[in-house]
Amino acid sequence: MAEELYDVEATIPGNPIEEFLRMDRMPHIWCPGCGIGTTVNCFVRALETSGLNLDKVAVVSGIGCTGRVAGYVRLDSFHTTHGRAIPFATGLKLANPELKVVVYSGDGDLTAIGGNHFIHAARRNVDMTVILINNGIYGMTGGQVAPTTPVGATASTSPYGNFEETFNLPFLAESCGAVYVARWTSYHVRHLTKAIKDALLKKGFSFVEILAPCPTLYSRRNKLGDGLAQMIYYKDHSEIRNGADTKTVALEFQGKIVVGKFVDKERPTYLDAMNEHFQKRLGDRYVPSDEIRKLIYA
Amino acid sequence: MPQAAEQPKKAVGSVIIYAERCKGCGFCVEFCPPEVLELSGEYNAKGYHPPVLVNRDSCTGCNICGMVCPDFAIYGFITKKKIKEV
Amino acid sequence: MHADPIGVLTGAHFIDGDHACSEGAIAAGCRFVAGYPITPSTEVVERIAERFPLVGGIFIQMEDEIASSIAIQGAVWGGKKAMTVTSGPGFSLMMEHIGLAAMTETPCVFVDVQRAGPSTGLPTMPAQGDMMQARWGSHGDYEIIALVPNSPQECFDLTVHAFNLSERYRVPVLMMMDECVGHMIERVVIPSAEHIELYERRMYEGPKENFHPFEAGRDLVPLMVKAGDGYRIHVTGLTHDERGYPDMSVSAQGRLVRRLLDKIRLHADEIIMFYEQDVEGADVVVVTYGITSRTAIPAIEQARAKGMKVGHLRLVVVWPFPEKRIRELASRVKAFVVPELNMGQMVYEVERCAAGKSKVVSVPHAGGTVHQPKDIYAAIEISLRGK
Repeated sequence: MAEELYDVEATIPGNPIEEFLRMDRMPHIWCPGCGIGTTVNCFVRALETSGLNLDKVAVVSGIGCTGRVAGYVRLDSFHTTHGRAIPFATGLKLANPELKVVVYSGDGDLTAIGGNHFIHAARRNVDMTVILINNGIYGMTGGQVAPTTPVGATASTSPYGNFEETFNLPFLAESCGAVYVARWTSYHVRHLTKAIKDALLKKGFSFVEILAPCPTLYSRRNKLGDGLAQMIYYKDHSEIRNGADTKTVALEFQGKIVVGKFVDKERPTYLDAMNEHFQKRLGDRYVPSDEIRKLIYA
Repeated sequence: MPQAAEQPKKAVGSVIIYAERCKGCGFCVEFCPPEVLELSGEYNAKGYHPPVLVNRDSCTGCNICGMVCPDFAIYGFITKKKIKEV
Repeated sequence: MHADPIGVLTGAHFIDGDHACSEGAIAAGCRFVAGYPITPSTEVVERIAERFPLVGGIFIQMEDEIASSIAIQGAVWGGKKAMTVTSGPGFSLMMEHIGLAAMTETPCVFVDVQRAGPSTGLPTMPAQGDMMQARWGSHGDYEIIALVPNSPQECFDLTVHAFNLSERYRVPVLMMMDECVGHMIERVVIPSAEHIELYERRMYEGPKENFHPFEAGRDLVPLMVKAGDGYRIHVTGLTHDERGYPDMSVSAQGRLVRRLLDKIRLHADEIIMFYEQDVEGADVVVVTYGITSRTAIPAIEQARAKGMKVGHLRLVVVWPFPEKRIRELASRVKAFVVPELNMGQMVYEVERCAAGKSKVVSVPHAGGTVHQPKDIYAAIEISLRGK
């Protein structure tokens, strides 16, 4: 049986990601070999294939290198204060539940200063997608230790090495009630794109942790080479274990990385629980907000 | 494990390289499954070596390069697709 | 634009200042409140929690004041009118986000039911110790508007006014209540909905191309949009240009900061509000605000009965401060007497504007209860001696 190849496109396409970016703000501020740009590719591709109406997608970020993502995507985007993207996103979502609200921020922003808000939004199961870029350091401010810096790694505020235990973020998210928990690295571009798409389409607090290199600060201070070396480390040391017990997926300095989808379950979102409760309790006296009424009776 | 097909060519592709955006990180070269990219000897205006397509015939248009590139400086696309004769 | 009748409890009520504030917010069209319990403000959100599900509002008790003060801003960009409520310690926590609201020109209302400080202080007792903090509490240069009610009726009326001012000028507006006014129960008359004037948020509805969300016309107030309308806006607390994009240049900083300040300063005459009594021809003017305006009255009346020419100037809008009026009066009166439930805060503004042309006498109080009228009377007497 003869096989033939046929031309697919007569014209040479441009980079389709450009339509989703504020190209008038390029080039971005991220360093050579930084993994954040890679995650943006995956995020955009996930948005493309999700079928979501992009006018209704809002990105909320905090402060830090990852926080700058909000400024580069051509969506309604809010670059808020350090650690407070999640409560802003909560208010945004409750005011207009039709919006798809994505929080895109870094590990320090979301789990150090923002830790309290992280756990409560997960507990409440507010319908939002939280994309957390974990580079194990505070990059923007010059490489200080973070709650995700592995034990033994050096940072500018742990010059003799970090002795504090790190957060196991998937475990934290699951224990607080997140309905979708996944971890990938910026090497796993295809898996990551699928995970982000699933998280976007999932109702409830959906959490995706993405390990990404910070070559200028984390890698350099710890003599780990450049961004490429860190990506190769992700490739060589990752083990895909979908459904793994999140208690077992803690990270160690240059150790094994368990990746995969760990949690995917159902639970009423904050708004669903609120609506159902008020309907039951107040009956006809309950007046849902205009936006909620639109969604219920759509 | 490489994430694109590592079997007999199903497609033919090519890449577009925006050399001036490149910051020479080397991701695309390293993770291209058919290994069709190399960092060029030329410099762009910022002093980095952007990639070049050295093995045109082997490019499958899988766009792994485009997905890993942190600077949106490269994009892969399919130019020919395989069809089977019935 | 008038109030939506669904929220308006038209009629005469016997309620406290906190509850009157809740009703004012509802009448003003506020449909999102995020708050955290703190004495003596808690009653505001308790009533909101009860009323909101009946009028189409959403109330959420957030995990802390920091979350509350930014959740309301998310709700505003989602299209709602929003308010948060707190007291001293929570007010301190909210400072960063008051600055964010000023910087991003997010219209919203912050209620501070003041109690004795500093720190945990006397949680259940009144003071007016946050007045300077209201103006200067966040870092950097910005302007806000602050209102001070002196009765439960004013708690209703001024909360409606606060929302109107915040929408008109796209600025956070602070309702500086105190525990006395907040917990005092008095007659509050809520008019019918068609008699409650509301200033509606001015939304941009033009073409999406080349839309600059932070470009303003002559009144320096940009039109607003909300998330989900397809304008693909970027809002940041970083110094930004008219497009909303971060701009790290000195010129962008100058342009933006000056516009944020001028936006309020150039409209000060429309914003400033005070009441005067017997100020014409007075030798001494007692300058008050909030609960202190009521304790000053017996003192003023006693002094007038003794033949002293005493006037009363009660600030309703405390920030921006009525500099022009104080300067004007300073050249005609012998003295200003400024009783405050704090160790001297607004008195410095009076002193600054009087610029040495008249005496300025502070009547401080560490807080915990209101002034004795005799102390205010004594200050009036002293102020007229000498010179």
